[in-house]
Amino acid sequence: MSADTNMANGGGSNLIQLLDKFDTEEILNCMQCGFCLPSCPTYRQTGKESASPRGRIALMKGVAEGSLLADAEFEANMYLCLGCRACETACPAGVPYGSLIETAREVAEQAKQEDSPLRDFLFHEVFPHPNRLELLGAGLWAAQVSGLQTLADKTGLMRILPRPMREMQSAVDTVASPWARMQRESVMEAVGEQTGPTVGLFTGCIMDVMFFETNQATARVLTKAGCEVVFVSGQSCCGALHAHAGEKTGAVELAKRNIEAFEQAGVDLIVNNAGGCGAALKEYHHWFHDDPAWQERAQQFVAKVRDISELLAELPPLVFAKELHAKVTYQDSCHLAHGQGVRSQPRQLLKSIPGAEYVEMRGADQCCGSAGIYNITNLDMSMEILDDKMKNVGRTEAHYVVTSNPGCLLQMKKGIERAGQQGQMKAVHIMDLLADLV
Amino acid sequence: MNNEIKRELSAIVGERWMLDTPNELHVYSYDATPLYQAMPDAVVMPASVEETAAILKVANRHRIPIVSRGSGTNLCGGTVPTEGGIVLVTNRLNELYEIDQDNLTATFGPGLITAELHTAVEALGLFYPPDPGSMRISTMGGNVAECAGGMRGLKYGVTKDYIMGLQAVLPSGEVLRFGGKNAKDVAGYDITKLLVGSEGTLAVVTEITAKLLPLPKAKQTLVAYYNDLTDAARSVQRVIAEKIIPATMEFLDAETMRVVEAYAGIGLPLDMKAMLLIEQDGTEMQVEQDILRIAEICRREGATEVRTAETPEEGAKLMAARRAALSALARVKPTTILEDATVPRARLAEMVEQVGVIANKYDVQICTFGHAGDGNLHPTCMTDERDKEEIHRVEQAFQEIFHAAIKLGGTITGEHGVGIAKAGYLDLKVGTGGIELMKRIKDAFDPHGIMNPGKMFAKDTRRRVVVNTHECGHKHG
Repeated sequence: MSADTNMANGGGSNLIQLLDKFDTEEILNCMQCGFCLPSCPTYRQTGKESASPRGRIALMKGVAEGSLLADAEFEANMYLCLGCRACETACPAGVPYGSLIETAREVAEQAKQEDSPLRDFLFHEVFPHPNRLELLGAGLWAAQVSGLQTLADKTGLMRILPRPMREMQSAVDTVASPWARMQRESVMEAVGEQTGPTVGLFTGCIMDVMFFETNQATARVLTKAGCEVVFVSGQSCCGALHAHAGEKTGAVELAKRNIEAFEQAGVDLIVNNAGGCGAALKEYHHWFHDDPAWQERAQQFVAKVRDISELLAELPPLVFAKELHAKVTYQDSCHLAHGQGVRSQPRQLLKSIPGAEYVEMRGADQCCGSAGIYNITNLDMSMEILDDKMKNVGRTEAHYVVTSNPGCLLQMKKGIERAGQQGQMKAVHIMDLLADLV
Repeated sequence: MNNEIKRELSAIVGERWMLDTPNELHVYSYDATPLYQAMPDAVVMPASVEETAAILKVANRHRIPIVSRGSGTNLCGGTVPTEGGIVLVTNRLNELYEIDQDNLTATFGPGLITAELHTAVEALGLFYPPDPGSMRISTMGGNVAECAGGMRGLKYGVTKDYIMGLQAVLPSGEVLRFGGKNAKDVAGYDITKLLVGSEGTLAVVTEITAKLLPLPKAKQTLVAYYNDLTDAARSVQRVIAEKIIPATMEFLDAETMRVVEAYAGIGLPLDMKAMLLIEQDGTEMQVEQDILRIAEICRREGATEVRTAETPEEGAKLMAARRAALSALARVKPTTILEDATVPRARLAEMVEQVGVIANKYDVQICTFGHAGDGNLHPTCMTDERDKEEIHRVEQAFQEIFHAAIKLGGTITGEHGVGIAKAGYLDLKVGTGGIELMKRIKDAFDPHGIMNPGKMFAKDTRRRVVVNTHECGHKHG
């Protein structure tokens, strides 16, 4: 690459190093066959090559070779991707698209050298700090129960929030009270004799604020399955949102904290209930390319990580206390299905519920448009994808749309609201559903 | 291309569908063919035949090259804009207008995805047989332009056997219709057939009417392993000589089997020289009878093991080996060059053996698999585009493979098309006289030579290897 093209790419030696980060080997492995195109939600919506995985990889190649700039257009194209990784499943050549798009966003961020205050605030001041998340949770709870939110809705105070956040907040249920949060015990013993492993529950950042109850439900299901559950202190956000948004340094710091926390806890397994977090946790060892000591520790960490459905499939079948007379369908979490290859286990769990009728949804493993904070950053595309998804959801005539990831859960709630199906249909996390029945 | 022309194009399709930013031009600079890339000046995505005609008029008036394309899955460089100009994307012309159950036809826009046509007609108990490997994303317009084939070619033929009528726009902007729903129609030259496989060098197809068949009721699969290549080839010939035409007869050579097994671990025997995958469809009784007889013939001709699928799931599992071939080969090395030299099926074994000899001679890794039943082979080279010296040897090897195919009475391409990748070899097949006649036909359609220029006909008759042709358009090399 010539000095000129480096300059043209935004200058700065950091950027040059980042461009070197592009694994040219992996980029070249893309044989441009186009098999990924039909699997890509944004390509299906637009019909444009630039909105396809093959197109994005071609653009990365252009930037890595210096024939394209890592400019605002490149950035927009990289961020239009949901990161659902359905293309990885479709790819004959096994191109690791997920890590390529993360690097591409890192390059775009570096080249931009101008910051978004809201984004910075979220990534640097909120997600990494469990105590601030606690506070945020308490504040959110106070607003919800005091009727402040309703008031804000009615008086138009909501208008001061950006439109995407206004749109999405209607899907948020009342979060757990600070009191309920304080009640959590650090260890929950197995119900009856402990026949399963001692499990450290990965609680997540947003998950533990907005879906505190789901974490509690997960723990209860695990204790019923014969496991001892430990809420490991010192853990933090998994770093996936940072990594997907080109904030690799922040992501690595968070990973180190989690590895340390779970090492000290000495648990047999590390279990999570969020497909997005789980995919990141299972990829920690890839984040330490140039740090052998940490890579070794990360590898040991990764070997212990399981999605909750994955673990339950390895344990003796759950014993149900209640029946469920309803139709149930499942919306795959992209990062659980395409990222971790966990597809059959949640379905098996749902099929094992006595009384329930399981209906498979057409295109269940196509992204719902939530994709981390994509529904905030790319609201319009996200809603287009969601409305398409809701057509398939509607066809199942299910009473419960079951998900395995908080983002998907919020999005499906939003989708049900947009489709005017609130009376007939409910979106629920798989653990919330099971905890009520075992 | 100046801004005035871009404004004209924008006025036709609307600003949203005229793309000329650096990223947008970049992503229409390639198709699925390795090693070729060239930048267009503008990309337009028309939504109707009227818009398409208006775009062509602008291009014709200003003598701007027009490259029409759908999903860009072709393997001959056919949609790389080697001389710049306008890339005309047909993805928005994707409507399925009609499935006529009385006349057994379907009529649709060129942007319709092949697999979507399959799904729609099969829901009504009907059947559109051509099934190119890329059918999940390839467009019907692209299938028509390249005359795509597929795994069912032996029994059912290829795209040209199913296209009954076309609406097409000439470079002048004139909109014409050829053929239609008539099963018998000999009114004048068969321009419909001429346009099928014309690779975007004559006109832009804007509407297609295809013939449909009743969907076969039953299907069965069989696999046979051989420790001698000629036994496998002879089995193919014997089956057909005994008046059985299977829907599919696929072939994997030893090298491909080894790579597939290493990747997919599906239990392929590694000491065998070849395997055949055979599928028959039709009425249940006929299928059962045929599969029994085919198994018997395979054994008699030297197959060491013959297995018949008991259930459709088992059948799909057997076919998985063939479908995994491309995936497996693609993971071996960064660059996968997939060719489609084709011979009369009686010469299959000779051709496969020659490919092996040629690969050794040039010290390159070539695996061969393909459609044994119709002699359509896919010698596939795993290489690395950064290794210029090896790419040169790859080119020499393929040149020799094309010559070998011609010598055996075959052809340089069975289903991928000539495009730019095989333009230098076309005269091997059709001769100088053939090329001259084809050029005169092109002149009649496209007097200013704006339709996909540089494709099908090489600039000069001196054959070039890919690394050299890089000088005249694309970027690598």
